[in-house]
Amino acid sequence: MTSRLAILDCGIGNLRSVEKAFERSGAEVVVTSEVAAAETADGLVLPGVGAFPAAMERVREQGVDDLIGRSIADGKPLLGICLGMQLLFERSSEGEGAEGLGLLEGSVEPISAPGLKIPHIGWERVTWEKSDPLVGDVETGDDFYFVHGYAARPRNEVDTLGRSVYGEGFCAAVSRGNIWGVQFHPEKSSATGLGLLRRFVEVCER
Amino acid sequence: MAYKRIIPCLDVDDGRVVKGTNFVDLRDAGDPIELAARYDSEGADEIVFLDITASHEGRDTVVELARRAAEEVFVPFTIGGGIRSVDDAKAVLDAGADKVSVNSAAVAEPSLLTALSDRYGSQSIVLAIDAKRKDDGWEAVTRGGREETGKDVVAWAREGVERGAGEILLTSMGRDGTEAGYELDLIRAVSGAVPVPVIASGGAGSVEDLVEVLGEGCADAALAASIFHFGEHSIAEVKSAMAAAGIPARTT
Repeated sequence: MTSRLAILDCGIGNLRSVEKAFERSGAEVVVTSEVAAAETADGLVLPGVGAFPAAMERVREQGVDDLIGRSIADGKPLLGICLGMQLLFERSSEGEGAEGLGLLEGSVEPISAPGLKIPHIGWERVTWEKSDPLVGDVETGDDFYFVHGYAARPRNEVDTLGRSVYGEGFCAAVSRGNIWGVQFHPEKSSATGLGLLRRFVEVCER
Repeated sequence: MAYKRIIPCLDVDDGRVVKGTNFVDLRDAGDPIELAARYDSEGADEIVFLDITASHEGRDTVVELARRAAEEVFVPFTIGGGIRSVDDAKAVLDAGADKVSVNSAAVAEPSLLTALSDRYGSQSIVLAIDAKRKDDGWEAVTRGGREETGKDVVAWAREGVERGAGEILLTSMGRDGTEAGYELDLIRAVSGAVPVPVIASGGAGSVEDLVEVLGEGCADAALAASIFHFGEHSIAEVKSAMAAAGIPARTT
């Protein structure tokens, strides 16, 4: 059976590329800001670009925080992409600072890369820290496309799924139970990115 | 540290990819989306579409191009041609483009760069500069070289970045379409003057040309059209030559 994914539209960035990439990866996709429409999905995707505090405000206004909480408790897979990954954590120091969803312990802080350009934009190698249903080549790592100025700092090392280096090392992906987050943009990372999305779709089929 | 990038450029005229010499004498090279999807699968790090019809047909053609590209292209892509306002840029970015490239509109109204980067962040804003050699420097020109701007290229690149451009797409008018190699001193002069990535364009004729401009030329990315469109060389060939020369390349 084709799994049906809800891409949560919280008005934070353009979702068209994410939608098209998931369709290409074999999912039936609905892009929605309605909690009711997302409630019946097999899995949730929380994408986003922009500033953490404003995004979190939208997430709360739309009741997406409660929806995500219920879905996680029901065992549904969740994938946060870019800002969506950062929102999984307890807080961010971006702007005036803001509380996040708190699904994972830790905070989101500016990338520390003295002498390098911020935001960090470009393709980087991600090395995998553990085996996981979403992971591609554990031996060599995989290349993904990044655009970000902040990165998550998980308090529990075991939550870190992948790492990359820009100036210093940073957390590029996380996983725990049915929660996944990626700092990079799989929808812009060619066949490697589509492969990761396809594996998430497969997880949702189970 | 980020990989240096290889960027196929598709000049689109009336829905078809074309490529000429020194911006004239156009040859047909196929459907832009089909070609871009092929470059994605062959290892292109990004794609640039420049709509050269946009000047007389308006915004709709570039928005349609961005919409179609978003369905088939899964690497970052830039749309240029006919972007004259924040609204034009919004339409193209909403349709799925990652970046917009502006050229003559920024020359006419440099504050456009600031308005665009305030709204979308400098990472989405590319300033395209067409450079023509003049005396002991280069002058920025527009409209395929027909119009001089009086702006020194290096000074204009600096100003553009100060105003909000996140990247410079630098084309040598003298080399464009000639396959005679990139204009290395031009690329080096601008790379050394701005703190943002410089995409070298104009003159790629061989795999060695691309390696050279990324190495000696100090470019962050190399853009090429003809050598890829007409099957003279593949992106994979370029990537392995880069790796052999010690230039960080994404090879997947």
